[in-house]
Amino acid sequence: MSKGLAKPDDLIRLESIKPNLIQKSRIIRELRNGLFNRGFIETDTPVLIKAPAPEDNINAPKTGDFFLRSSPELHMKRLVVAGYEKIFQIGSCFRAGEIGKFHNVEFTMLEWYETGKTYIDLIYFLKDLLLEVVTKTKGTSKVQFKNSKIDFAKGWKVFTVKEAFLKFTGITPEEAIAKNEFEILLTEKVEPNLPKGIPVILKDYPTSMAALSKINEKDNVAERWELYLGGIEIANAYSELTDYNEQKKRFKKVHKNREKNKLPAYPDDKEFFKCLEYGIASFAGCALGVDRLVMVLTNSESIKKVNYFTEF
Amino acid sequence: MYNVADLKKGLKVEIDGAPWTITEFEFCKPGKGQALYRCKLKNLITGATMDRTYRSSDKGIEKADLDEREIYYSYKEGDVYVFSDAETYEELRISAETLGKQKYFLLEDSLCKVLLFKGKPVEVTLPVFIEKEITETEPGARGDTATNVLKPAKIDNGYEIAVPLFINQGDIVKIDTRTGEYVERVSKA
Repeated sequence: MSKGLAKPDDLIRLESIKPNLIQKSRIIRELRNGLFNRGFIETDTPVLIKAPAPEDNINAPKTGDFFLRSSPELHMKRLVVAGYEKIFQIGSCFRAGEIGKFHNVEFTMLEWYETGKTYIDLIYFLKDLLLEVVTKTKGTSKVQFKNSKIDFAKGWKVFTVKEAFLKFTGITPEEAIAKNEFEILLTEKVEPNLPKGIPVILKDYPTSMAALSKINEKDNVAERWELYLGGIEIANAYSELTDYNEQKKRFKKVHKNREKNKLPAYPDDKEFFKCLEYGIASFAGCALGVDRLVMVLTNSESIKKVNYFTEF
Repeated sequence: MYNVADLKKGLKVEIDGAPWTITEFEFCKPGKGQALYRCKLKNLITGATMDRTYRSSDKGIEKADLDEREIYYSYKEGDVYVFSDAETYEELRISAETLGKQKYFLLEDSLCKVLLFKGKPVEVTLPVFIEKEITETEPGARGDTATNVLKPAKIDNGYEIAVPLFINQGDIVKIDTRTGEYVERVSKA
C-alpha cells in the first residue's frame, strides 16, 4: 500500500527484473521435470563442507572451520559409488572473488551424474534436455540472444579444443599453454568467433586441463567438454576419472600449485578417496550454470538481471 | 602495489612511468582457467587510452604516486599560472599546457584542486561554475528568448564562447568549466 513516498531504487530494480525471475522459476522447474522424467532423483548434499574439490583457479570461501562449497562434486560422486546411479542437484555454489557480468560469488548450479555413460553420451543427453526446456518455457526452439538467434532444434556444432585453437588462433592449445596465453586466446580469439546461431561444444581439452576428467590415452586428451551458447560458457562435463592413484596424483599437484600461488590450503576429502579406492563403475557428469542459461533464455546482459539480490 | 585481483574501475595505476586510470573493467574466467581482468585505461597526462588484460598469475601493478591538493589561483606570469597551496601556502607553478582550456576560467583567489603525479601537476579541477562578463558579441535580438540558437561571443581573456541570441555585450553569464560552455545569463548589462 503506497503512502505517497518515492519508491526506493531497489524496489524499482526488483520490479524491472520480474519477467526474468518468472522465467527463471519456469526454467528451473522444467530442468527438474526433465531430469525426473529421465529417471533421476534429486539429491541434497551439504553447502557447508570440510574439503572442497581442489582446483588451481577456484577458491571456495572460508567460513569458520568450514568452506562454502564451490561445487557439490565430491559428495555427489560418493553417492554414485554408493549405488545412486542417476542423481542431480540444483543449488547455490560459491567462488570467492568471482564478480562480473557472468560471475557472482554465489550462483546456482545444476549438476548431474549418471553411471555407465561417457562425456559424449552427455552431449546428446543435454541437447535433448535443453530443447525440451527451451520449447516448454519459450514456446519455440529459437531464442534471441544479443544479435543472434540460437536454434536449439538444430544440430550442435562440435569442435575439439585443438581444432578451435588452430582455426581461430593459428596455434595449438599446448603452445598457448606454454606461453601462458591459453585463457587470453580463448576469451579474445576463440569465444568471440564461435558460431552464435547454434549451441557449440568445445571438447577434448589438453591433459593438463583435465581437472577431474578421464584421459583418453590414445588421443592424449582429457574427456571433457564445455557448452557455449552465444559465445558464453554454460556447462562443463567429464567422463569422470575413476582411477584412485591418478586422482591422488592430480590433487597433490593442485595442492602444490595452490601453495605456490599462496592460495588457501584445502584438506583432502578422505571419504571421497576411500570411495575411489573401493572401486567405482565408469560414469559421467556435468555442471551447468543455471544463472547463465537463464541469461541466454531471457536475453539478459548481466547476471544481476537474473537474480533477486546479488550481494556483491 | 595493487594485486591483480584488486583491480577495479576508477583505480589509478602507474604503467611504464605514466599515471593511468581504469575507466572500464571486466572480470572474466574461462573454463577452469585462471581469471582475466580486462581493463580499459586512460592516461592521466595525455588522455590517451589503451586496453590491457591482466592474468591472475601476473605480478601486481604499481600504484600511481598521486596526491590531491587544494590550491588558490594567484596570478599569471607569462605562460605560467601561479597558485598557492591552501594548507601550506607553498607556491605551485602550473603551465598553460597542463591547464588547457581551463586557463580561461581561472578567477583570482578561486579554490581549485590539483592532482600531482610524483609531485608534478597533471590535472587541475576548477569550481564547476564561474561567472564572466561578455566583452564582445553582436547586439542581441530583442525578444528572442530561444536558447537553442547560438552566436559567437568573447570574454575578457579572449576565450570564444557560443551564447544565445539574446545575450548582449556587458551581460554576466555562467560558464561550466568542465565543458567550457554557456549555462545561463546571470545579469543584464
